Amino acid sequence: MANRDAPSSPTLPSPVNPVMTRRRVLAGIAGVAGLAATPSLLAACGPGASTTPSAPASGAAPSAAGAAGSPGASLGAVGTLTVGSNHSDPGEKTGMEKINAAFTAATGITVKMNTVDHGTFQDTLQNYLGGIPDTAYTWFSGFRMKFFADQQLNVAVDDVWSKVKGNYTEGFANSVVGNDGKVYGVPVDYYPWAVFYRKSVFSDKGYTIPATWADLKTLCTKMQTDGLTPIAFGDKDGWPAMGTFDILNLRLNGYDFHVNLMAGKEKWTDPKVTTVFQKWAEIVPFHAKDYAGLTWQNAADTLVQKKSGMYLLGLFVSSQFAATNNQADLDDLDFFPFPALGTQYDAEGALDAPIDTWEIAAKSPNLSTETDTAKAYLEFWAKGSTQVIMFQNQPGLIPTAKDADTSSYTPLQKKAVEIVSKATRITQFLDRDTRSDFAGANGMQSFLQKFLANPTQDLAAYQKTIQDFWDSLPPLS
Amino acid sequence: MLGPTSEGDIPAPLEVEASGAAVVSRKSRSKSRYSILTRRDKTVMALMVGIPTFLCVALIWLPTIASIGLSFTNWRGVTPLTDQNIVGLKNYVTLFTTYPFFWPAVIHNILWLVVFVFIATPIGIFIAVLLDREMRGTRLYQSVFFVPVVLSLAIVGFIWEQIYTSQGFLNSVLGHTSSSTAIDFLGNANLNIWAVLVAASWRHVGYVMVLYLAGLKSVDPTLREAASIDGANARQIFFRVVFPVMRPINIVVIVITVIESLRAFDIAYIINRGKNGLELLSILITNNSISEANLLGFGSAIAVVLLLVSLVPIVTFLVRTMGRETA
Repeated sequence: MANRDAPSSPTLPSPVNPVMTRRRVLAGIAGVAGLAATPSLLAACGPGASTTPSAPASGAAPSAAGAAGSPGASLGAVGTLTVGSNHSDPGEKTGMEKINAAFTAATGITVKMNTVDHGTFQDTLQNYLGGIPDTAYTWFSGFRMKFFADQQLNVAVDDVWSKVKGNYTEGFANSVVGNDGKVYGVPVDYYPWAVFYRKSVFSDKGYTIPATWADLKTLCTKMQTDGLTPIAFGDKDGWPAMGTFDILNLRLNGYDFHVNLMAGKEKWTDPKVTTVFQKWAEIVPFHAKDYAGLTWQNAADTLVQKKSGMYLLGLFVSSQFAATNNQADLDDLDFFPFPALGTQYDAEGALDAPIDTWEIAAKSPNLSTETDTAKAYLEFWAKGSTQVIMFQNQPGLIPTAKDADTSSYTPLQKKAVEIVSKATRITQFLDRDTRSDFAGANGMQSFLQKFLANPTQDLAAYQKTIQDFWDSLPPLS
Repeated sequence: MLGPTSEGDIPAPLEVEASGAAVVSRKSRSKSRYSILTRRDKTVMALMVGIPTFLCVALIWLPTIASIGLSFTNWRGVTPLTDQNIVGLKNYVTLFTTYPFFWPAVIHNILWLVVFVFIATPIGIFIAVLLDREMRGTRLYQSVFFVPVVLSLAIVGFIWEQIYTSQGFLNSVLGHTSSSTAIDFLGNANLNIWAVLVAASWRHVGYVMVLYLAGLKSVDPTLREAASIDGANARQIFFRVVFPVMRPINIVVIVITVIESLRAFDIAYIINRGKNGLELLSILITNNSISEANLLGFGSAIAVVLLLVSLVPIVTFLVRTMGRETA
């Protein structure tokens, strides 16, 4: 609603990329269009004036007028926005369509959405952002956001952020700040990683939630004698194993070491990393034996079918429980935080909770005309009411805004919010916290699989191959 | 490869004729010779030589040379290429010494080649020879064996994935229904390359069969009759008469087999993106250069290695065929 007051001047688009003369021309055209639009904007702050945020009108335009005006009246006349989305799953796509419709209704801006499969989107993002991207696009926060911001591929959105930051906690605020101190995105959803289990299985067999490492191993042994696979696991796609590495490293060596390791400031040959792999090796025998050929969905199904006892994964695991179309399955799903490992870092409660954001691409060919509409879009996404629309269609993505209506949350989702708000440190997930060329299929994904295939191997030699690979990568900028 | 040779072939006779004419009478004859070719002829000829040459240079030579050049850099494809991107042989040193996925990839490619040449292709030829005997239902068999070829490798990969998974068809048939006893065909790093080779061979056999069957149909039947009248048995007829006559087809089959093995990509990529025992050179190139990693320089270095590996059979083949034809 409050997105009409685009706080920009007619000169705003060009400083983003002052070299591009074509853009300047376009900016000029936009400016003229803006001037033409100004009278109508000034004339009517009342109904029917849901006019264009793309018009570079005065920053003082009242923000309250928004949806109060009849939205239909302004359709077609008030600017457009191209949006690149990686929400390719059916539920998420529906959510996107509904949100775009709501945005158009509220602002009159026409949204043209370009949806790309999530994995493809991620793989091709570098070329996409360096080529002809859509103006607003979905992406991650943290290291991966900074990675592209450092290449000047993103537009800073501090002006949007200053308006919406009251709606966010500090953890989210930190996740969207670039290396240059500017804000480059608006966080819209997240999902925590934790150990998922079925309440009925635990109560039937008399299991208790493991609080310590020793408890966890005892429980695993007990499950094994009961004929269950203690820890469900599917690593065909390579990335799920990273979740286990993350949580062990966070518990054993703390947030600071983990983040520095991901950023290359610590070495993979460090004895601290050895302890992570040694701990991991203790529970590898409790993992599903056929993990390497299973996707996370296959592995989640074993939890659904009560063939396995626990599963360390993101909240999105719930979609496999929802897929049975039996509400009892979903209600039976619960999780607990990863057990304490008896180090000083247990108190941090740190965990992986990847955050998704909306950002603005600096190389968008439509940037000059769409900067303001894109900023309006980001601002729209910063509202709890918008994020809840997505949440209703994909319950695994929890809204980030403080004013999101939590009344529709299930106990599981409330618990997810609680576990994240208790954590003093939040990480994004290994492949979002480190450089992409390091984390890829023939990088860290393969390295972790090499470890899992033979957990008792010579760890010093193994860690050296990882560090050698890191050292062989070219400098980032 | 075809471009330069055709380019070389066409002007050559003209030169010979022109110089031959010049010996007889330098001025008048050469003038009249030139007049045979009108301006339009020359334009047409220039276009006929020029367009293929241009396409060959633009689509084959430039990318190849660019790849070789990029392999000496650490360029990521975003910033402009500068002197600072040049790293010399560093990519190759990394590849041959510390990068742990390179040698497995080379070995898997060689394995692929060996299995195709010594197992899949002979089976395809064998089936073609059997089907050539006009047995009952031969058309049906032909269709059955050819179906995998019609399917794209992506679909072939998907089908075999369903067969191989731990709860899949093969494990059910073998009676391994629980996940603890199931054979992990795709997950076991020592087993999955063989599982994939079975799937790839399944398709390759049909391909070779069709090619060979077409060739067998074109063999002159009188040759076989003559051989059988001379007292040759079926085996002798095939190996002594038919097989040598089929030389052009044999060459095509060998070339296709080698190409298919070196460009092996789809099935392994579908199954797990070339990790965990399914490393292949083509997948390493993809994962490093056009995925999120964007290591164009490093990916190019792997591509150059694949190029050199490919050149060995190609050059051998060209030298042998060209050598025989000129002799």
